[in-house]
Amino acid sequence: MKFFFHAGQYFSLLYRVFSKPEKHRMYFTKIFTEIESLGINSVGIVAIISIFMGGIMTLQVAYNMENPIFPTYLVGLGNRDTLILEFSSTIMGLIMAGKIGSNITSEIGSMKVTEQIDSLEIMGVNSAAYLILPKIIAVVCIFPFLFILSVFFGLIGGLIVGPAVGAVTAADYLNGIQYLFVPYYVTYSIIKTLCFGFLIATIPAYFGYFVEGGAFEVGAASTKAVVNTNIMILVFDLILTQLLL
Amino acid sequence: MIEVKNVYKSFDQKEVLKNISTLFYKGKTNLIIGRSGSGKTVLLKAIVGLHEVDSGEILYDGRDFTRMGQKERKGLRREMGMVFQGGALFDSMTVEENVRFPLDMFSEMSIAEKQKQVDFCLDRVNIKGAHQLYPSEISGGMQKRVAIARAISLNPKYLFCDEPNSGLDPETALLIDDLIHDITLDLDITTIINTHDMNSVMEIGEQILFISEGEMCWTGNKEEILDTENQKLQEFVFANKQYQQVRDEKRRNNPEKI
Ligand SMILES: Nc1ncnc2c1ncn2[C@@H]1O[C@H](COP(=O)(O)OP(=O)(O)O)[C@@H](O)[C@H]1O
Ligand SMILES: [Mg+2]
Repeated sequence: MKFFFHAGQYFSLLYRVFSKPEKHRMYFTKIFTEIESLGINSVGIVAIISIFMGGIMTLQVAYNMENPIFPTYLVGLGNRDTLILEFSSTIMGLIMAGKIGSNITSEIGSMKVTEQIDSLEIMGVNSAAYLILPKIIAVVCIFPFLFILSVFFGLIGGLIVGPAVGAVTAADYLNGIQYLFVPYYVTYSIIKTLCFGFLIATIPAYFGYFVEGGAFEVGAASTKAVVNTNIMILVFDLILTQLLL
Repeated sequence: MIEVKNVYKSFDQKEVLKNISTLFYKGKTNLIIGRSGSGKTVLLKAIVGLHEVDSGEILYDGRDFTRMGQKERKGLRREMGMVFQGGALFDSMTVEENVRFPLDMFSEMSIAEKQKQVDFCLDRVNIKGAHQLYPSEISGGMQKRVAIARAISLNPKYLFCDEPNSGLDPETALLIDDLIHDITLDLDITTIINTHDMNSVMEIGEQILFISEGEMCWTGNKEEILDTENQKLQEFVFANKQYQQVRDEKRRNNPEKI
């Protein structure tokens, strides 16, 4: 029952978000600040996590294939496909839901409880569109780039760690990451990231926009937002994988 | 002039406003007074449409706000300015950007004209040398004044202030009250102010509505309030003993009036 209530309220909020904006120029400037604060500022953490995870996955694939039947270039291939298919899209999505999602909920939620949203409304500004639309555009635009960056750094991570511990030679690894490459996997994952980007911008925005109370409630809403975004990401991962692969 | 007719509002099962009908006059500071939790904020937000009323009418110079569509409402909102209890300045913007925001959104002014208007409004509320600071970097009293500057930047016809001097020291509170009163006279606008502060009532209470638990109990002005016979209003007014003395003094000076 509660789910349907939230779903209804969520879609009516989206309807307001996508209604005609007052002044386009105000939105444009806002999109760029959002791209910076939500997107560019996430590049660092994406790079660090991807390098480490790329390295770790390379090692794990190598340990699981110590049998000489398997050619060692499969290590590179394994790392590449894991990154493209699941890690850089879904797992990154889950991590970004934590970072970006909690940021969005707490920002919009604080504006709600300090009556800044009421201030916008009283001026005649569509607060839903003004606050949320630039975030959606920014996150959806930036996510495919973060995905590509994550794949890139993940591959680098494998290239550093694999040869360093002697699990695979650099030549075999580089050979492996080019072997049997399926471009459609990239398309599939980019579609996923666009979808996840939309969820990561809108679900936390929804939880922030309807928060009532004070700092405590904003904190609780942030947690709820991240948990619910994560669940929806996994649900959509399942649906899209079934549909697209 | 704003006319409120038979307004009811409840949240879930709880009736917060019960049959409120009153007039708020142009060129005057109209006060809504009452204890905390009596429904002042809900009434003010119902008047401006941030809360939908359950029934009743709210007429802005004859135009019924409750029956308007979204578009008409937006048009009417350009004529309103509101100062919220906490100031509600946008904390990602500087003082100057806050005041300029309504102009950026809704006016077709040139950059120079906007700057002139921003400077004029900030000057009007005596903010000097803080144009580039962020709301978190200025005092509570200054935040309230910037909020007033932002509320008047588009030359509103109606100004709403929710407890504009709560959380301020008595001296600053008095300055804010006088400022709002002067602006009301200067711009000849309809101003509605929520307050629970008797000092404000005695300072700027040109037209007063007293509500208690969502019901309107009394209307009048600051000259009449000390002589009230209304039990609930007496409790509210004389909670501060100082006003008993003021009343007794007044009665001693004009004994024939009693
Ligand atoms: N959004 C809301 N939902 C439910 N109850 C509310 C809401 N806003 C206010 N109330 C209730 O309405 C009553 C009046 O509140 P309010 O108008 O804020 O009082 P005050 O006179 O102090 O401004 C309070 O009992 C409060 O609990
Ligand atoms: Mg209040």
